[in-house]
Amino acid sequence: MAPGTKKIYAGLSAAVALSTFLITLLLMNVLERKQEARQTHFQLVELSEDTVDPAEWGKNFPRQYDGYRRTVDTERTRFGGSEAFQRLERDPRLKRIFAGYAFELDYREDRGHAYSLKDQDETERVKLRPQTGACLHCHAAALPAWRKLGFEAVCALPYAEARRLVTHPIVCLDCHDPKTLQLRVTRPGFLNGLRAWKKSQGVDHYDPNTMATRQEMRSYVCGQCHVEYYFAGPQKIVTYPWAKGLKVEEMEAYYDQIGFSDWKHAETGAPMLKAQHPEFELWNQGIHARSGVACADCHMPYMRQGAIKISDHHVRSPMLNVERACLVCHPFSAQEMKARTEAIQDRNAKLLLRAEEALIDLFDEIKTARAKGATDAQLTRSLQLHRKAQFRVDFINAENSTGFHAPQEAARILGEAIDYARQAQLAARAR
Amino acid sequence: MASLPAALSILTGLMLGLGAYTFHFAQGLSYFSNDPEACANCHVMRDYLDSWQKSGHHGWAVCNDCHTPRALPAKLWTKLDNGWNHSVKFTLQNFAEPLRLRPVNLDRLLDNCRRCHAGLVQEVGGECLPCHAGVGHGPRN
Repeated sequence: MAPGTKKIYAGLSAAVALSTFLITLLLMNVLERKQEARQTHFQLVELSEDTVDPAEWGKNFPRQYDGYRRTVDTERTRFGGSEAFQRLERDPRLKRIFAGYAFELDYREDRGHAYSLKDQDETERVKLRPQTGACLHCHAAALPAWRKLGFEAVCALPYAEARRLVTHPIVCLDCHDPKTLQLRVTRPGFLNGLRAWKKSQGVDHYDPNTMATRQEMRSYVCGQCHVEYYFAGPQKIVTYPWAKGLKVEEMEAYYDQIGFSDWKHAETGAPMLKAQHPEFELWNQGIHARSGVACADCHMPYMRQGAIKISDHHVRSPMLNVERACLVCHPFSAQEMKARTEAIQDRNAKLLLRAEEALIDLFDEIKTARAKGATDAQLTRSLQLHRKAQFRVDFINAENSTGFHAPQEAARILGEAIDYARQAQLAARAR
Repeated sequence: MASLPAALSILTGLMLGLGAYTFHFAQGLSYFSNDPEACANCHVMRDYLDSWQKSGHHGWAVCNDCHTPRALPAKLWTKLDNGWNHSVKFTLQNFAEPLRLRPVNLDRLLDNCRRCHAGLVQEVGGECLPCHAGVGHGPRN
């Protein structure tokens, strides 16, 4: 055989080998996708109400577990995110606004779900001020402890003692039934609060686990904790003030009726309310809630891995995942959606700043009045208005969407706050 | 050395056989059909197929009626053009989500809106989708 012919045969052999290699690759790829589409999970371990450790759940659901673990990521967004920066340093007004309360010591931005227990252990608010087992209602996987001792009993324990009853932060068990994987809500504070709210709308004995739609549950699981709450009575029972409704003035009316205050303001002496993180309540006033869009639609959007569709368990700001969070419904570019969001948040942040300035002016006014000999009785109206103004400012400041969850409602609340603060100033001046 | 061409023929035959089986296993022939199930062979389309089954157009139009031109040469060309792109992207898992129509495919789609609804829209014109997104199937894009 001529050397030229040999080369041609060698080349042909190589080409056939390469083609066969690629065809086999493709065949295996098609096979893999087909298998993914057929069986979405494999049951490797038996899950029960006692399976607290998410790693066990992860053996059956590695994709969801992988996302859950990624909540350790810390990433800043323009106004929030999941990095534990000190809000007291970013905005020193907050030190005066929370004078006399634990938040003047430490007001760090909260991190992802994976840190919920660690952040709770480390905050100066728990280290320097006595707290109770009530904190575990949302910061820990507390279901087994409640089953053992009862919810009220755990709330009443000193923090250090209650802390020994739990081992994990927020886990799978808190939102999923271990047998069916169905969404469920388990936090007693939420179940009680929701029942009271639904009763105010004429629905008796509301139980989300049997009466809510799946889409409602995709918000309720988040609403278990991302809400306004207080600790009721000496037992410190975690309670959601929803019996009159979810709007800021409805919750305020609830607190006024039971005569509740969180602390006495160290500069003015007013009986204060601390707003927590009323994301669920503010979202309820917004256009997304009205359109039936659930928390999970934007914060845990559906994603595809190969041929499998899952919801993203890396719960985070939609601003870090705009394509999946927004573009599924909004036919615009990611850049455009981000710009829209930031326009809303910028406006909210500016209005919030004005409202905080109004509070600071009010503190100075009341201090001046006291220096001139004004008594508590003479300042009653001013102090009541301080309580109203600050609850509203705090409601929007503590809410973690920077106004996005309901922009117009946020602006209304801040507008009222500025008005109440300035009215309080006038009242202090005119006493 | 007469055995070399023979060996090569056998190898080529094996390759062709494997290729033919891969084509069969991937339901290659189904792509020449009008059956909407064929579009969901590629699993990304499952949501679209499911929601189309509940949509108003379900009784009137299958995927191809809206997404491919009517004339056979143009229809086959569209299937080839998109089929190649989809196969490469899905195999390599390299594409942006949510899915969006390329401009050329949007034109093909709108031509079909106007073809069926000519009586209604020939005076009006317009882009159809800004108002009528979702008439064909659910996930809006």
